[in-house]
Amino acid sequence: MPLDKTAQRDVPAISLRHVSKLFGGVHALDDVSFEVLPGEVHCLAGENGCGKSTLIKIITGVYTPEAGVEMAFAGQSVTSVTPNVARQNGIAVIWQDLALFPEMSVAENIAFETLLGNLPRLVSYRRLRARSAAILEMLGEDIDLDARLNTLPIAQRQIVAIARALISDAKLIFMDEPTASLTQSETDSLLGVVRKLAARGVAVVFVSHRLAEVLDIADRVTVLRDGKLVGIFEAEGMTQSRLTELMTGKTFGAEVAARDMTGAPAVLEVEGLSRHGEFEDVSLTVREGEVVGLTGLIGAGRSELGHALFGMTRPDAGTIRLSGRELHLRSNRDAVAEGIAYVSEDRLALGLVQPQAIADNIVLPILPRISRRTGLISPTEKAGRVEHWLRELSIKIGQPSDPVSTLSGGNQQRVVLAKWLATNPRVLILDSPTVGVDVGARAGIFRIIRDLAEKGLAILMISDEVPEVYFNADRVLHMAGGRIRGEYDPRKVTLKELEAAVYG
Amino acid sequence: MSRLVKRLRATYGDDVLGLVAFLLLVVIGFSLATPRFLSAANFDSMAFQLPVLGLLTLAMLAPIISGGLNLAIIFTANISGLTLAAILNYYGGVDAPFWAFVLGAGAALLVGAFFGFLMGAVIAYVGAHPILVSLAMMIFLRGLGEFLTRGGDISGFPDYLKPIGHGFILGVPVPLIIFAVVAFAMHVLLSHTRHGFSVYMIGSNIDATRYSGVHTQRTLTLIYTISGLLCAIAGILMLTRFNSVRVGHGEALLLVTVLACFLGGVDPFGGFGRVVPVVLALVILQVLSSGLNLLGANQHLSTAVWGLFLIAVMVLRFVVGRVRERFEKRRN
Repeated sequence: MPLDKTAQRDVPAISLRHVSKLFGGVHALDDVSFEVLPGEVHCLAGENGCGKSTLIKIITGVYTPEAGVEMAFAGQSVTSVTPNVARQNGIAVIWQDLALFPEMSVAENIAFETLLGNLPRLVSYRRLRARSAAILEMLGEDIDLDARLNTLPIAQRQIVAIARALISDAKLIFMDEPTASLTQSETDSLLGVVRKLAARGVAVVFVSHRLAEVLDIADRVTVLRDGKLVGIFEAEGMTQSRLTELMTGKTFGAEVAARDMTGAPAVLEVEGLSRHGEFEDVSLTVREGEVVGLTGLIGAGRSELGHALFGMTRPDAGTIRLSGRELHLRSNRDAVAEGIAYVSEDRLALGLVQPQAIADNIVLPILPRISRRTGLISPTEKAGRVEHWLRELSIKIGQPSDPVSTLSGGNQQRVVLAKWLATNPRVLILDSPTVGVDVGARAGIFRIIRDLAEKGLAILMISDEVPEVYFNADRVLHMAGGRIRGEYDPRKVTLKELEAAVYG
Repeated sequence: MSRLVKRLRATYGDDVLGLVAFLLLVVIGFSLATPRFLSAANFDSMAFQLPVLGLLTLAMLAPIISGGLNLAIIFTANISGLTLAAILNYYGGVDAPFWAFVLGAGAALLVGAFFGFLMGAVIAYVGAHPILVSLAMMIFLRGLGEFLTRGGDISGFPDYLKPIGHGFILGVPVPLIIFAVVAFAMHVLLSHTRHGFSVYMIGSNIDATRYSGVHTQRTLTLIYTISGLLCAIAGILMLTRFNSVRVGHGEALLLVTVLACFLGGVDPFGGFGRVVPVVLALVILQVLSSGLNLLGANQHLSTAVWGLFLIAVMVLRFVVGRVRERFEKRRN
């Protein structure tokens, strides 16, 4: 990799001072400073809407900052940045969706910029493969160059995206939530790659909601809140709870919320449930008002179990009982009718109809209930329900007719909860309820979940983040290889012990 | 004035107002160019021509909102018309009794709905792409129709059918009344019923809609069935208008219906689109075509103008969007 070995470590790869950006009179960024040293792993932390993406978009030339800004790439001051200037200065961004070409091969994806040109010319596939192979080797990754991208797991696509940034001599790589959809071991290996990049003098700016890995990988952390710089901190000696406080400006007590619910009547009883290749002989009980945590690595069969309980797939064996009555779910419509609600882990594709209105999303599962006998939807009934749930879950929106996609992750998740609570369920299955939700907003989601449990709802909370279930569930089930491996009482084990059991 | 504009915008939306403005522009333009444009005869001729294209466009609109397409609309209409024609002929052709028409029309509606149902079921339950399924259906129906008619016309229908295609009720052409009733029904169906609501949601994200407990397969099947039914109504109207049925009649209208939908602001990828702006778009297309005709232009030229017009509208929408963005930025 052609890298400027003479680059001095104390000249920042990028430095910005007095960055401000106004959107409609609101300060998205207010006099923020930011710098990254070569070879540094820097974390950009803050809640959604704190200005992280605005900052990245200014650095990459997508947005123009307000006057008064001072910017320098590798010590060279620049007056204005366009996407081209940013690219020439070795700035690359790997967005969460990766922006790769799913139908093309790995080699083509990595070297696609060398394929671009204004004039038709022949492409040397031999050279293209050779260059791609060299980059992957440097990263210590063994990926088939001819494999079509959409046949690869997300973790390997991440590597391809990194390789693509490197082939155009990136000196500073922004990574937006790179681990959001990775398992623990995949995350570890990605962090290994990031360390390799840093050792070669490439600066990496990490944007992640997962504070544990932020503190694990970063040298320094820049914290933004409401468009203002809170500070730049050394990662060494920083704790998760301190970082959360800095990001949100609030203090959160991390206390085990578990209660003893053994006296409550059972609502959902699953016995010997199996589905070939997905899960085996699963038995569990969720009682009235109880929050049962179900944790395990991705691929443990957790979400598959959730799908079967919601009637999306049919189990091969075993029984599902609701308040003692056996259910035969032929589809998720049966499940909804029985009072089972399922919050999908994939909010973008399955949880919400993103381009459509907030109000329409909330009433989607309860269309029969807001319709007159003629099949006509009652506008007053609809508006009433929407208003009720927006207030109940304190969802902050502009207009109920705005598309859901305009909301932050946390508010979107509240809309998902609202739409399922509107069905008046008895069992709520939550699959990774805080994916893509800010740290501050997570506390709000968990508060809602606890409130719902207090009101008697039986809740099965699926999550691959052990602390989430440890602190918020009454009991924790550990799933691995499609089977329930153990049951833990958060009041009787420490978080370390539980993490060792799950990740070990 | 500005308050009035604001209220109109809030009630009808920018898309409708833009189209109304455009319609006025075109009407004023043609009125100045030729005195015959504002004549009763011209209005009647437009009112008789619009409904067939209009019904077919509504048959195209619903599948597009659901994220699909129905390429078989013309031949579904032809086959339905053929069904009616065959039954009328069987009961005596020109001398067929009125009950034969009722029977034939009922059979035609059933046939149209059936082929729509078939398409919808394959799309919904097999998961095949709507373009492929409806294309296959289109080829099948054309082949079937040409086989049955040996490529010829069927004509010679009773006189009492004339008023349906050519008559007036209270001074309004009958075809226009039929179209208005159907358009109103489709508006209610799409904008105010559970079924319509689900169609929009399916058009934007069928998986998320299914996860929300909506019977997406049944909804899709139903929307194509309704599309087929609308084709049948168009087919019956075509029979009464032209006093003959031929497979391939109206073939050129297929892409015009798509054009009218997009001109009416329907999202080609599904999820968005309303009946009212689409009807306005249809009126604009009809005015353009009739106006050019009056000016002595060739009919092929008016087709060319339609195409140009759609391109112009797309560019205009882009420009308006940009200007508004700037304007809002400056205001802030």
